[in-house]
Amino acid sequence: MNLSPLDPMHRSLGARMAPFAGWEMPIQYEGIVAEHRAVRESVGIFDISHMGQLEVSGPNAESWLNHILTNDLTRLGDGEGQYTLMLNGEGGVIDDLIVYRMLADRYFLVVNAARIAEDWAWLGQHRSDGVELYDHSPHFGGIAVQGPRAAELWNQIEPDSPLPKRNGITVRADEVDLCRTGYTGEDGFELFAKSSEIGDWWTRLVDAGAKPCGLGARDTLRLEMGFPLNGSDLDAEHTPLEAGLGWAAKLDKPGGFIGAKVLKHQRENGIPTRLSALKMMGKAPPIRHGYAVLTSEADDQPGEVLTSLTSGSLSPTLGLGIGLAYLPRDEATVGRELRIQVRDRNFPAEITKRPFISS
Amino acid sequence: MNVPEHLYFLESHEWVDARDPEAAAVGISDHAQAELTDVVYLELPEVGRTVAKGDPIAVIESVKAANDIYAPASGEIVEVNEPLAEAPEPVNEDPYGAGWMFKLRLSDATETEALLNAAAYREHIG
Repeated sequence: MNLSPLDPMHRSLGARMAPFAGWEMPIQYEGIVAEHRAVRESVGIFDISHMGQLEVSGPNAESWLNHILTNDLTRLGDGEGQYTLMLNGEGGVIDDLIVYRMLADRYFLVVNAARIAEDWAWLGQHRSDGVELYDHSPHFGGIAVQGPRAAELWNQIEPDSPLPKRNGITVRADEVDLCRTGYTGEDGFELFAKSSEIGDWWTRLVDAGAKPCGLGARDTLRLEMGFPLNGSDLDAEHTPLEAGLGWAAKLDKPGGFIGAKVLKHQRENGIPTRLSALKMMGKAPPIRHGYAVLTSEADDQPGEVLTSLTSGSLSPTLGLGIGLAYLPRDEATVGRELRIQVRDRNFPAEITKRPFISS
Repeated sequence: MNVPEHLYFLESHEWVDARDPEAAAVGISDHAQAELTDVVYLELPEVGRTVAKGDPIAVIESVKAANDIYAPASGEIVEVNEPLAEAPEPVNEDPYGAGWMFKLRLSDATETEALLNAAAYREHIG
């Protein structure tokens, strides 16, 4: 089990720790609801040291990477980033990530913890001349500061170091990578630094007023925005088009990308399934990953099982259960009523738009 | 952690107040509510149901997980704390008072004596 460089901070704060993607990580400190609210209303801080940081450089880095990733890398200027995906040859998702252009021949990739090894192997397998790969993950730590007060907090502790603009990156002289990105739907930034230095950043930001938040709140925050979680909502069996991420897959970019053929076929012939946002229609138990989604029938009818939830939780903001599920295309229309089975009972839910909350 | 002397406990953190064997209240301990944090949903048993000691008879849910509540003794459910189904906050705020979940008519009053007393439960939760 990997330990975050922030592990001593978590323990001194009394965090509840649990394994996640091979790492011992904080799930919560005070409680998921309080931490969730802090991020929506003020500012919270998360340990994201488990995430992977890869660097791709060299004279051919841009053209090579643009063939590996779905979004169009050539749209980025220096210091800009974009959400993108890495697909297998069948169009299934290996990983979703943020790629930042530090320089025309130097790119920084922040990838999911559970996929670092797979990403690394995939990049290595396709590597070509004029491309260098470097994995910073083992000696980098990371924190995410999120919430409407995040920028104010940063300017307070580092008045001479402006945050990059939205989705951008600033590489500081002290080897701190400062990114204006996050996974909560709120403004904020992510900071990556050497493991030996990340603890000081954590302490300074907590002392300045950022509330420590665990992976529990990170999950409810991202789900309220309808952001998919790799390994749950994204997998090798579904394409980005099915996941509703077509905007990040530029099918017509010059040179194409690995997996594009399958996506083009889907675009022409229709997608088999669509990742749909489901919201409970009133008082019901929280819904969770794996619960069955059924057609809506009269109360005395059992209904037909269509699929199961890939994500589910109680939305602290709405006070209602929310979830995601891949539904057959013909069932996946906004407003349609379905049922979700919780233990031995079925509760009404409706397909709604993403995000679940307006930000 | 608050562990009242007059209660008996299961290792799974349910308490029972057996002073009135006709209506013995059951809930979860202060320790358990602190571990769960944010109780957001409670599924209570039906009045009239007969239960055996150890049966899973209610479900308590936090944002993160669903947990079974076990019958600390055998008997019949004679009353449930209905308001908790609408608003479960008292489980966190007052676990030994307003947070009681249901009352049992005990079929064997000696059964509860085999449970953990306050001292043993305190030791159990360390």
